[in-house]
Amino acid sequence: MFATSVLTATAGGTASRIGTMFLGLVVFGAVFIGILLIASLFKGRVGEKVQAVAFVGPTVFFIAIALIYPAILTVRRAFYSGKFFDLNFGTPRTRGKYVGFENFQKLWTTPGLPDVFRNTAFWVVLVPLLATGLGLLYAILIDRARGEAAAKALIFLPMAISMVGATLIWKFVYFYNGAPGATQTGLLNAIITKLGMDPVDFIGNPPGNTFALIAIMVWIQAGFAMTVLSAAIKAIPDDIIEAAKLDGVKGMQMFRFVTLPSIRSSVIVVLTTIAIATLKAFDIVQASSGGKFGDSILANEFYNRSFVTQEPGLGAAIAIVIFLLVSPIIVFNVIQLRKDA
Amino acid sequence: MSTATPPPVSDQVADEAADVHTDTPKGRRRHKSAAGNAARAVTSPWASAVAIIMAIAWTTPTFGLLVTSFRNQKDIQETGWWQALGSSFTLDNYSQVLSGAQGQPPLTDFIVNSFVIAIPSVFLPLLLASLAAYAFAWIDFPFRNALFVAVFALQIVPLQIALLPLVTMYQQIGIGGTYWSLWLSHSAFALPLAVFLLHNFMKEIPPSLLEAARVDGAGHVRIFFQVLLPLITPALASFGIFQFLWVWNDLLVAITMLGGNAGEGSNAPLTMVLNNISGTLGNRWYLMSAAAFVSIAFPVIVFLSLQRYFVRGLLAGGTKG
Repeated sequence: MFATSVLTATAGGTASRIGTMFLGLVVFGAVFIGILLIASLFKGRVGEKVQAVAFVGPTVFFIAIALIYPAILTVRRAFYSGKFFDLNFGTPRTRGKYVGFENFQKLWTTPGLPDVFRNTAFWVVLVPLLATGLGLLYAILIDRARGEAAAKALIFLPMAISMVGATLIWKFVYFYNGAPGATQTGLLNAIITKLGMDPVDFIGNPPGNTFALIAIMVWIQAGFAMTVLSAAIKAIPDDIIEAAKLDGVKGMQMFRFVTLPSIRSSVIVVLTTIAIATLKAFDIVQASSGGKFGDSILANEFYNRSFVTQEPGLGAAIAIVIFLLVSPIIVFNVIQLRKDA
Repeated sequence: MSTATPPPVSDQVADEAADVHTDTPKGRRRHKSAAGNAARAVTSPWASAVAIIMAIAWTTPTFGLLVTSFRNQKDIQETGWWQALGSSFTLDNYSQVLSGAQGQPPLTDFIVNSFVIAIPSVFLPLLLASLAAYAFAWIDFPFRNALFVAVFALQIVPLQIALLPLVTMYQQIGIGGTYWSLWLSHSAFALPLAVFLLHNFMKEIPPSLLEAARVDGAGHVRIFFQVLLPLITPALASFGIFQFLWVWNDLLVAITMLGGNAGEGSNAPLTMVLNNISGTLGNRWYLMSAAAFVSIAFPVIVFLSLQRYFVRGLLAGGTKG
């Protein structure tokens, strides 16, 4: 208890917390007004340059300090050993040494990590496909149906819930009572036992638990897919549809040859966006078990290696792998958009 | 609420989707187009059935936990929530988690924390990004486009790659584990997207408006305040809601910056406590369900009341990770 109170010396009662918040707001506001005051002091051609610097400068500076510089440090850190992120920290024995690509080798030599890559592959393939497929299906089914707005909100609502909250919601669905003959109060196991089968420990058994967690991510992301694709479907010009109808196109053909090609770029955007989100999602695995049941994925392993097992070099290497996996998807996305524009 | 950045969808699309959610008679009429009729003709009787099944599947998990949060501890252990009808309901679980039970710190503190973390984390990037976006859109200066592309491109940097050095940096300047470290981190991670979004909105404002103000002798500061800010309020709202939900629902930044400390008197947000509870309370669903809904309530209220802005922001590329 003493340790915690020292660590968090800044936090006090509710009043002082809110006081801190207002202090923060005042400081941020003052910075903003200061920038504007400085900018307004200058006029004319030179003034325009000063104003540009005053307006853009703080953002660029902030990003450079808080994003670019740390990213460079992380890349550097991936080539060092040691228990602490700060290379100068600790005794000479625990201090980090340059080890070349050793941390990257550990990515496949460390027991458990190959499984992490396998699980991540399942996530990054299944989540975008399932979420987009289900979102698209739902968007088409309810398009212009009665109560469309309400129907959409039902699917979309999980987007507003934190992944931690979503994981708790689903842990209850998956809840497994291990005692023999016990009543299953988790919905899925209740159904399974009703059907005469044995209850399943969805969260605790690899490799099945990975799919249980993937379902949670699909549940969250389908709403996003549905919203974007529904907007894209509504943006298809009426005359295209009418023309197709006059040509006698209907049913699945209409979807296959008219709707889908028209929303192709949106589908790609949705797929890639969800893939990126999936690669970075750490909360679900963390809140479910922390990844200790063989269901860890890269984003969660980054946290575990950096903070739990104190291997920041390996953590940094994992962060770089995530970056390397994410960037081509984003570049592809941008190129795709250019092509359509 | 952790999606990466989809490139912008055209504004018309954004408007249409936003309209759907307002459900005005006008909006509805506008959408009576051929595409829908055709789509419906595909599957009619099956369509409704499948849609209803999906809607039920998507709602049931949340509904189940919600019902559970109002049930007695004994009932929860003995019967499923679907058998709750007829048994009694209680608010005990909520009063227990809010005031602290089973060795858990009271949740009220963490509700305050979540707000204290989220509000300045929305405020700061909005201020900085609106200035930068204005300059990128309307002031001519050397390397403008290159710089804008660079800022925009930084969206591809995943949080993970910047997190650990930031923790060390904050400790070195003496704000490790404070609210400041969280505000600054959330702001930095939000800036590339915020600049990009607001820039897109500002670009859409007719140049003639700005020209007119310039002819009247207004400088950039005055134009920014008197002409642009009022016009981009919807964009500010869109981004603000996004950032609020994102910060409120964040676990990674909080858990990293605060060193995993979610004990009594800590600066931890609700998500961190919820994450802890998920491990420590194990099967005590009467507490977990109530705690989950305490944390879910605020973003859901924000989402439901401001859905229009939310959808608009989403379609303009307003998601991130």
